[in-house]
Amino acid sequence: MVSRAKETPSQTAGPFVHIGLAPGVAGLAPSPPELGQVIAGRQALGERIRVEGRVLDGAGAPVTDVLIEIWQANAAGRYNHPEDDRELEVEPGFTGFGRVVPDFATGVFSFETIKPGPVPGPDGRSQAPHLNLWLVARGINLGLNTRMYFGDEEAANATDPVLGLIDSDTRRQSLVAERGGSAPVYCFDIHLQGASETVFLDI
Amino acid sequence: MAHPLNTPSVGLGEFQARDHAWHPAPLTPGYKTSITRSRGQPLLSLPQTLSEITGPTFGHSDIGPLDDDLILNYGHGGEPVGERIIVHGRVTDGNGRPVAGALIEVWQANAGGRYRHVKDTYLAAIDPNFGGCGRCLTGADGSYAFRTIKPGAYPWPNAANSWRPAHVHFSLFGTAFCQRLITQMYFEGDPLIARCAIVQTVPDPEGMARLTAPLDMAAAKPFDALAYRFDIVLRGRRSTIFENRLEGN
Repeated sequence: MVSRAKETPSQTAGPFVHIGLAPGVAGLAPSPPELGQVIAGRQALGERIRVEGRVLDGAGAPVTDVLIEIWQANAAGRYNHPEDDRELEVEPGFTGFGRVVPDFATGVFSFETIKPGPVPGPDGRSQAPHLNLWLVARGINLGLNTRMYFGDEEAANATDPVLGLIDSDTRRQSLVAERGGSAPVYCFDIHLQGASETVFLDI
Repeated sequence: MAHPLNTPSVGLGEFQARDHAWHPAPLTPGYKTSITRSRGQPLLSLPQTLSEITGPTFGHSDIGPLDDDLILNYGHGGEPVGERIIVHGRVTDGNGRPVAGALIEVWQANAGGRYRHVKDTYLAAIDPNFGGCGRCLTGADGSYAFRTIKPGAYPWPNAANSWRPAHVHFSLFGTAFCQRLITQMYFEGDPLIARCAIVQTVPDPEGMARLTAPLDMAAAKPFDALAYRFDIVLRGRRSTIFENRLEGN
């Protein structure tokens, strides 16, 4: 029996998180290289997409000092990580990791990536394609985990084991981004609080 | 029928559940910004999958040679004003094992309590030789160290006369996205710690104490820099069979 040590308690990232995690945005000359700027480089396979949205507080105001991290599989559904050792390629230039901050004035964020493939889930089931997201900001005491699913993956979403845990259809839809535009754009607003509150995950 | 590509060859090394009663609650009205930014619904608990037990990993090619030295990494011909200090410690997991190769990113105000950020308008002076941003990777034994200057306290708009104790922000990656953590380190003996609404979001006094780095005279460099020790614990695996799996990668 091992003794368990308690995790170091979380504290808010505060309003100046960019200095540490996105120094170029803070107005510092970024020390090379700034991490998380490219999720899927030119050699990455799969459909090129853009995701845009806003994070909104309980008063409906955009959270302009939020920082979002993205972690995703590639188009084949493989994570760029040594513990995903299935016989699937990770192509050069695919990191699967991104960091994004919104425009300080409007709160609109946007990032480019490729659409991930389905990944394995519990009990041999498959999970619908999704992006794993983690949000920190002033006023958020512990980073929030959520997922973004793709509105044009209706069949896969219908059998996804995580979406299937959510009873309310309205709440389930909070994790699904609608596709629009000819160059595909997925619109994904995250609501921290209120009637449209996004489902946040205990992972 | 199970897909042949459904699980990694070695199985999943799930992590211990996060103890939410130990971390700050989402809504902590003494910290006013949490009022409109806290979730109202319970979290949805998931069985962990590859999405949760993998995460970005980093290596020495991701960081620069002066990233762990905030005294030198922004210099424009001089060194920053302030008390020279070393901040060091170990990153271990919930099972007491070292977390090797963990990326730590830090950021802080300068000695006067001013951040080098386009949105900080505090009247204390910018220091032309201090950026306030650093990074490093933990060694095989989980150890890390930064050299910096001690940040100053500063006022913030919470109550009428709210001041943040001197602190360094820490961001940590383990090997899994579910281990991601951001916290703040405070300095032993600072009378503002007990008065701070953000420190007080931590529900347990023992948890608050874990965020206060003691002065570490054994690690101080005589005639050069004092030292503070800040040890950090990330979530560990449920089964120790999976511990240290990433060694050698």
